[in-house]
Amino acid sequence: MAKYGLLIDYNWCTGCHSCEVACQMELGLPVGQYGIKLTELGPWEYAPGKWQLTYVPIPTDQCTLCDKRVAMGKIPSCVQHCQAKCMQYGPLEELSKLLLDHPKQVLYSLD
Amino acid sequence: MEEKSWSYAQHSKPFKYQEGNLTVTRGSAWSGPGCHLGCGVLLYTDENGKLVKVEGDPENPYNDGRLCVRCLNVNEVTNHKDRLLYPMKRDPKDRGKDKWERISWDEAYDIIVEKFNKIKDEFGAETILFTQGTGRDIAQWISRLAWSFGSPNYCYHLSGAACYLPRVAGMAVTTGGYWVADCSQQFIDRYDNPQYQVPETMFVWGNYPLTSNSDGFYGHWVIDLMKRGMKIVCIDPKVTWLAARAEEHLRVRPGTDAALALGMLNIIINEELYDKEFVEKWTHGFDQLKERVQEYPVEKVAEITWVPAEKIRNAAHILAKSKPATMQWGLAVDMTKESLPASQAIAALFYITGNADIPGGIIMPPELLPYSGGFGHDLLSPEQAEKRIGLKDYPIFQYGFQIAQPDAVQKALETDDPYKIHAGWFQTTNPIACVAAQPKRWAEAVKKLDFVVFVDIFMTPSIMEVADIVLPAATFPERDGLRVGDGVQRGEVINKVTQIGECKSDMQINLELGKRFNPAAWPWENVQAMFSDILKPTGFSFQELQEKAPAYMPFTYKRYEKGLFRPDGQPGFNTGTGKIELYSTFYEMVGLDPLPYFEEPSPGPGATPELLEEYPLVLTTGARIWSMFHSEHRQIERNRAFRPDPEIEVNPDTLKKLGIKDGDWVWVENERGRAKRRVKGTPVIDPRMCSCDHAWWRPEAGPENLYDVLDLNINNLVPWIPGKSGFGSNFKTMLCKLYKVKEGE
Ligand code: SF4
Ligand code: SF4
Ligand code: SF4
Repeated sequence: MAKYGLLIDYNWCTGCHSCEVACQMELGLPVGQYGIKLTELGPWEYAPGKWQLTYVPIPTDQCTLCDKRVAMGKIPSCVQHCQAKCMQYGPLEELSKLLLDHPKQVLYSLD
Repeated sequence: MEEKSWSYAQHSKPFKYQEGNLTVTRGSAWSGPGCHLGCGVLLYTDENGKLVKVEGDPENPYNDGRLCVRCLNVNEVTNHKDRLLYPMKRDPKDRGKDKWERISWDEAYDIIVEKFNKIKDEFGAETILFTQGTGRDIAQWISRLAWSFGSPNYCYHLSGAACYLPRVAGMAVTTGGYWVADCSQQFIDRYDNPQYQVPETMFVWGNYPLTSNSDGFYGHWVIDLMKRGMKIVCIDPKVTWLAARAEEHLRVRPGTDAALALGMLNIIINEELYDKEFVEKWTHGFDQLKERVQEYPVEKVAEITWVPAEKIRNAAHILAKSKPATMQWGLAVDMTKESLPASQAIAALFYITGNADIPGGIIMPPELLPYSGGFGHDLLSPEQAEKRIGLKDYPIFQYGFQIAQPDAVQKALETDDPYKIHAGWFQTTNPIACVAAQPKRWAEAVKKLDFVVFVDIFMTPSIMEVADIVLPAATFPERDGLRVGDGVQRGEVINKVTQIGECKSDMQINLELGKRFNPAAWPWENVQAMFSDILKPTGFSFQELQEKAPAYMPFTYKRYEKGLFRPDGQPGFNTGTGKIELYSTFYEMVGLDPLPYFEEPSPGPGATPELLEEYPLVLTTGARIWSMFHSEHRQIERNRAFRPDPEIEVNPDTLKKLGIKDGDWVWVENERGRAKRRVKGTPVIDPRMCSCDHAWWRPEAGPENLYDVLDLNINNLVPWIPGKSGFGSNFKTMLCKLYKVKEGE
């Protein structure tokens, strides 16, 4: 059986929090608990006019990879609602190949 | 019928279908709550008709399945325990006290009709104000209510109408319409449309589109386009995520955008980098503009704006080289006192570089129904129309903008000049927390009225302080609606899926009340019939549109060449000269400077340097929050968790000097008043300034304390002073000082 995960092209993650709330609503999580949580790197200026200001979402132990939605033929809620469209769901083997494409991506193996 | 020329997004399912135990209804979203963009949504209801979930509609080309935080948990807003559920009344002597009494809709309507008609008979219909806030899709219906009642005073109680309207008004009188960034939003197939071209560069000017929601522009289109190769130039005092990724970032001093634009015009014109053919053929007054921009050499502009000269030059060169270039601008341009000349200068940059009405440039959005013009102005007699407040002082308000001038309205409330106002209808607006400058002054003035009605979805501090009757309004999942709004309009509907208490939609309330006042003006049996009537030019009824929406209007580029911009079918633009007026014959006619100019914001470091000792920091307000829309969402736990307290962003060096720490509570104060904020130390803010979010109140603080609104509202510092034209106000550029809140304060 193929194993599945989430590929995040965090080059484009704007920190909009939609993945967090989409997931909370999907899993029925209370405020303060997350199936995926945003982290913020920065802001700091490391050279004149150069800023470290990056967001990366991290799935938690509560992520189910949206098994119920996926069984209905839908994509995970965080992936669908991501405003920057920077998340992908799929078999790890396929997603891992995309890592070679360009930098600033992370692959979460969750299956 | 033009129906054939419309096109529709394809749907794999009808607009209502089953998914497991749940019913799914397709439609669009519209505050309250959320915002006024109208994203495509799928609303999930259970067998009891309860809204249990919301998802984005992947088949809607507008948002392409995405949603922001505010729509993702709409069910928690709609079903919230604190919703207003039925009409209530209160004795006017108990204003400010939590002494409400439940009444029926009939009783509420009876009281309103009796009081309004009595005031109309005794003092004239013009002595009743009809006021709305931003956002909700009610401009058409509330304006019709006002006009069919006989009052010319339909208004929006924001000093200088300093939100969107200044830019729209300025562009309308100089070009015959208004312009938005071409992000392919007018095409169903979006970025893939063969006519479309990805802009080479987008200038993001005075706006953070990812969190704010202006001009019908879905913020993350910027990301879609950046992925397709578009570069950005940011004009923003603050280092943001977007600014950190920009080709060029101009950290402009708040309120000096006009100077910056004039400096860029200076470079583009003097170095002859403009589109000569377009300028020659399609613009009026280039030579005068050329003369004017000589007053703004780049070194001088650099001093005014805090932006280094080489950066200004670079931005001008990027603009001149980019084919096409587009612009997404925002409130920072409106919320400065002389906003008309500011927007005139900024827009001119894009006209003279030949970016008007070309693929990937700026486009005039097709309109189904004029957004700001209102609906049914012909119902108002000419004698009544003349009594509109502010017309004498601000003649530009004659031109397509049917609102009463807000500062003149405030003055009328306070001084009875030009006449005494007797009653107010406030629909979906929370002025004491949001739009009103000096909110205490607003409240005192409104409390002088004999009779005040509010319509809203929650109890607000405004209602608590001044209202005599409150009517419970529906959130968007509780109502049918027609999505007519800013930006490129599309045939889009809002569909009712649930009912909470006795809430009614804004449109239904307007229709029912309108029928009682003036039945001939409201011939429709129900809101759907009213919508169908408006949709007539499209050839389908509301019910048909529910199935087909979103519907897209035909669109082509370079309409000025084809005679499509003018009612007489001649090529050119719908202005007096038939051209884009860089030199405005209209401004000249109404006694305004026909050319763009910069005026120092006052008080400010340029205008009043002597005040810097007492008030050393430039203050800008209105920074947007991902999870909240203006004064909405403060009682929604999930949304509030993202921003529990009102914030002020300050540079850590400034904090060190002031002996203030990150997380401290401070008073932000100027000569008019003060507001409480929690400090966020951050290097993204220039040490000479600070930046605040807005519209704060704390529902948990309780009614009798007005939910702390008067302690928290940053507008305590904002004056009621509009620009010369009547448009624009200094919400985003003031001076202030910060000091720590003492224990017990
Ligand atoms: S895949 Fe589903 S469960 Fe996992 S983080 Fe995304 S929304 Fe949450
Ligand atoms: S939804 Fe997408 S863009 Fe928004 S925070 Fe999550 S990963 Fe980032
Ligand atoms: S931008 Fe957000 S709040 Fe506005 S309609 Fe879209 S999803 Fe809803």
